[in-house]
Amino acid sequence: MTAAAPAAGLVFPEWRDQPLEEILYRCRELVEDAAFPTVRRWRDGGGKVLGHFQVYFPEEIAHAAGLLPFKVRGAPVEPTQAESRFGSYLCSIIKTSLELALSGRVELDAFVTHPICDAARNLAGVWGRNFPYPCRILYLPQNPNSAFAARYLRDEYARLHRVCEEVAGRPITDDGLRRSIAVFNENRALLRRLNALRRERPWLVPVDEAYVLVALAGLLPREEHNALLQTVLPLLEHRHAPRHDKIRVILEGGFCEQPPLDLLRAIARSCYVVDDDLLIGLRWLTADVPVEGDPVLALAESYIDRSAHSPVQHDLRKPKDRMLFERLAGADAQAVILMAAKMCEPGLEELVVHTRALDQRGVRYFVSEFEENMSSFDQLEIQLETFVENLLFD
Amino acid sequence: MDHAAHETTIVGRGNEAGARLFREWFQGLTAAAEEGRGAAYVFVMGSLCELLRVFDFPVVFPEINSLQAAVRRVAHEYLNEAENYGYSPDICGYVKADVATQLRGGTHPMGKIPKPALAVCTNACNTYIKWGEIWERMYGMPMFTLDIPGSRGAGLASPRGGDDFERDRRYVQAQLEELIPLCERVSGKTFDVDKLRQHMGWANELNAGWQRTLELNRSRPAVFNALSDGTIYLGVANGFRGAPEGAAFFRDLVEEMAHKAERGIGTTIDEQWRLIFVGVPCYPIFRRFSELFSDWGGVFVNSTYLWFASGGANLGFRYDLARPLESLAEGVLLGVRDAMDSMFFQTQALVGMIDDFAADGVVYHPIKSCRTVSTGLADSRRALMAVRDVPSLFVESDMMDRRVVSEAQMKNRVDAFFEGLAARHHQATSP
Repeated sequence: MTAAAPAAGLVFPEWRDQPLEEILYRCRELVEDAAFPTVRRWRDGGGKVLGHFQVYFPEEIAHAAGLLPFKVRGAPVEPTQAESRFGSYLCSIIKTSLELALSGRVELDAFVTHPICDAARNLAGVWGRNFPYPCRILYLPQNPNSAFAARYLRDEYARLHRVCEEVAGRPITDDGLRRSIAVFNENRALLRRLNALRRERPWLVPVDEAYVLVALAGLLPREEHNALLQTVLPLLEHRHAPRHDKIRVILEGGFCEQPPLDLLRAIARSCYVVDDDLLIGLRWLTADVPVEGDPVLALAESYIDRSAHSPVQHDLRKPKDRMLFERLAGADAQAVILMAAKMCEPGLEELVVHTRALDQRGVRYFVSEFEENMSSFDQLEIQLETFVENLLFD
Repeated sequence: MDHAAHETTIVGRGNEAGARLFREWFQGLTAAAEEGRGAAYVFVMGSLCELLRVFDFPVVFPEINSLQAAVRRVAHEYLNEAENYGYSPDICGYVKADVATQLRGGTHPMGKIPKPALAVCTNACNTYIKWGEIWERMYGMPMFTLDIPGSRGAGLASPRGGDDFERDRRYVQAQLEELIPLCERVSGKTFDVDKLRQHMGWANELNAGWQRTLELNRSRPAVFNALSDGTIYLGVANGFRGAPEGAAFFRDLVEEMAHKAERGIGTTIDEQWRLIFVGVPCYPIFRRFSELFSDWGGVFVNSTYLWFASGGANLGFRYDLARPLESLAEGVLLGVRDAMDSMFFQTQALVGMIDDFAADGVVYHPIKSCRTVSTGLADSRRALMAVRDVPSLFVESDMMDRRVVSEAQMKNRVDAFFEGLAARHHQATSP
């Protein structure tokens, strides 16, 4: 194990030796716990934590340095302290992410953001003015179509490599990084298996449960997450769950701010969500990263050539409307749920693209804005049920 | 020419020439649109006009078109049209005004805007890229993303010539080398390096002139108001970058400003307070917005806007014409990176500005439309207040959308700010 777990051992032992429903309950509780106890336990055991904001981050590099890569994805908390650091017209995730740090709910040793949107790129500046530890922008290439992009990104990752070494106080070796890549390759394979299961037999794993199982990757040492998935996946595959007459949909709009779990549950009551872009950054690399050769270059090339898509990456090979239809076809879905976080510019802009493209093809869709802090879903559920009924009885 | 005649000729020349150049520019765009010529669509942070002019593209700055719609008080018509098309009230007003302009076939209050044949979008603002995607879908034309890495953290701009800097510069240069054949294909014209040198030479003059113009405003009284006059000069700095008219304009402007500085000639405002502006102006009520401050004798002596919205031309970077592509990459990297630093990591720069320009106060104006500029301003203000005892005002509105501009509320805040400045001054000067 490259990223040695802190001396205290496992940070999430509660699921072990439990039946499936109990495991899923514990997982849900953990994902919804805005005190982030696993991060605290990791630190209590002497570990250091690197927080990385949405969407994608090469966690292998932090892992190889022995750091816990923690996905900063906001939380349903009141941004009482963060509010005074920002302007009024802003999505919630930016504010609540900073709130987690300002309130001490999460303690970090380094923070990295990415220029995924105009608001997020400001986070390194804001964070850096409020905390003494390294706060950086990772400039993932915005021109992945340049023949030079992989080389550039390799250099950019090498720069991140140095930051991680400084924070961890230990060097990252090529072999160590290869071992980390292998751990994450295993994780990617397990997540692909989870996705295949929900695509093929969605009644066995509703969207809220699939989401929770993915989200834990951002909270746990990846070895622990692998162990969890290795246990849970066979249990899910052999679960006794009735198959209902629900429509198959894909969900778009969860690439950054996350909808509340209750919202996903409400959707699951009406639909089988057979694919989505929720926490797509944790599933960004779509194939194994080669463990031979230069591991940093391998990570860079994987980001560019073997990766998913999102509204915040422009790639001429991935036009947004085509990617939507590929996801729709790949999941054999009948309709689309389009969501956008309130005040999220890329998400709101994408809504226009998607609705027009879907209209042109005659594909039915349901549109809704959301916020991570929302707590009432009754109206949305009624609207969704009406949408589904229209589809079923059309 | 006698002294009085020279005085009459030189003072105010920049504002008149700037307005004339703008009219001529839009007349040129209208002619291009009527001839069916495709334009290069670019943005103020990293426009690459030096390169695009080699291929004789008419150059369109959609940001400038949009703000002109606001200044001419018709932005709401355009915003409504784009919102009816499907764009949310919560996204950038510049984008929406442009969408409506495109939906109207290029009809704009200043003329007709030609359709894009090519778009070059830097990553200085993420919305640039999403905006380019709109044209891609509307017209099917090529969009080129010029990716320019910024500083990785506050105070972490890699030093020029160092390894990290060179790695970024090589990436930018590689992209420029990929852009050139695209420009050749779209324009049907062959790349001519000597022509590039000529345009870079004119950009050199413009950069030097812009930097010197900003420096000359250290004079007391200030020789121009950075909020109102400065916006005119900024428009020329962008629209005529790499063109002989731009070089000539700034030669003349520096002469005018130096003349004023030497003779103690200020603006038309009776200067009582020297202010710094942080953010983007309130274009829907542009004149009134400026008057809220000038009525109290407030003159803006500098602004981060004149830095970032000039794409970092404030650095006065001088291209080395002996190695044009390498130097273009270096200049674009330095300029755009500085522009981004002016938006994300501006605390130290503001401290310097306060000292260099003897500022009495700082006005923060975050806007709904632009999260790039606005997201961190409240925190930046806190940081500035922690290191410098300077009065500041924080007032929010928008650069396009009059629905979020409350003039009365803004006036109350501005008035209170000046009353505070006066009380503070009185306290400091009372025996």
